[in-house]
Amino acid sequence: MSSATDTAAHGPTAGEYIVHHLTHFNSTGHAQKDIIDFSVVNVDTLVFSVVMGVLGLLFMWRVAASVTSGVPGRLQAAVEILLEMVNDQAKGIVHSAESRKFVGPLALTVFVWIFLMNSMDFLPLDVLPNIWQAITGDHHAYLRVVPTADLNGTLGMSVGVLLVCIYYNIKIKGFGGWMHELFTAPFGSHPLLYPINFAMQMIEFLAKTVSHGMRLFGNMYAGELVFMLIALMGAAWAGTATGVFLFAGHVIAGSIWAIFHILIVALQAFIFMMLTLVYVGQAHEAH
Amino acid sequence: MEHVLGFVALAAGLIIGLGAIGACIGIGLMGGKYIEASARQPELMNALQTKMFLLAGLIDAAFLIGVGIAMMFAFANPFKLI
Repeated sequence: MSSATDTAAHGPTAGEYIVHHLTHFNSTGHAQKDIIDFSVVNVDTLVFSVVMGVLGLLFMWRVAASVTSGVPGRLQAAVEILLEMVNDQAKGIVHSAESRKFVGPLALTVFVWIFLMNSMDFLPLDVLPNIWQAITGDHHAYLRVVPTADLNGTLGMSVGVLLVCIYYNIKIKGFGGWMHELFTAPFGSHPLLYPINFAMQMIEFLAKTVSHGMRLFGNMYAGELVFMLIALMGAAWAGTATGVFLFAGHVIAGSIWAIFHILIVALQAFIFMMLTLVYVGQAHEAH
Repeated sequence: MEHVLGFVALAAGLIIGLGAIGACIGIGLMGGKYIEASARQPELMNALQTKMFLLAGLIDAAFLIGVGIAMMFAFANPFKLI
């Protein structure tokens, strides 16, 4: 809330506030200028995603280390339910037991990791940026805390899934078999149809990967923006006569959106995991 | 400049509004079918529920991506420079 009074005092406009919060702390030290620039590394996305990954691993490791075959504690029961859920879904979609040894844990990792990264949205919007600004001493230091609200992060993960799919395509069908499928799959084996088949397959891979990453990004980005708009409503209260109502509205709207956002956070992590399984499962099916 | 801002505001409204129409029709159809199906075969309810939530997320996604883009147009307007 400290930024609410901050904003009123220094008076950046609503647009400036939001643009500032949508700018990454990257390796160049200033805001990214071109839309596509591969020389820029978003340090905040990297750091927060790695921290969340390590936290998730530590949590699972702690639970696994204290597992008992007697009466399980609440934590162990919760993790067991989660494991069972992921395992059931994996069994239903990926039929090869050998692949499941890798794909099952992959799905669990994806779920826990994305859930934790999405959960960064629940921290009050200005807490980490303000701490970061206090540490660096720069009042205008940029920081974005939700790694999945960065298109680079989510597309990176979906490209990872694509690589796993290609690996399983080659492993299950052999390189020749996969090539054969690429050129003959949707319409049939005829030299005239080869280029059409190949184009369709490429479009399918591209669409799968892009929509996989964009779906998570879009949901988290929109959620983050709505939190920012709600924060702006709270920030406006100090300057106006009817400010108390704005403040009350801020608290009410913020609570309602945060509660709804719990659903979105869990659902999107679940969907990303399910689609990972579905895509890997598709790689196992021969046409 | 002003008319660019006006058009962008209209566009943002259209993106959100049309997306909401589509997503709501989709969710409504799917929810109705789910209730129908689980009234016919209550023992399938749990299995269907997982799939329904998955599909709800998929239907929602296009709309929420639209909302995100519309919000970006509204606050970090990329057409301002033109």
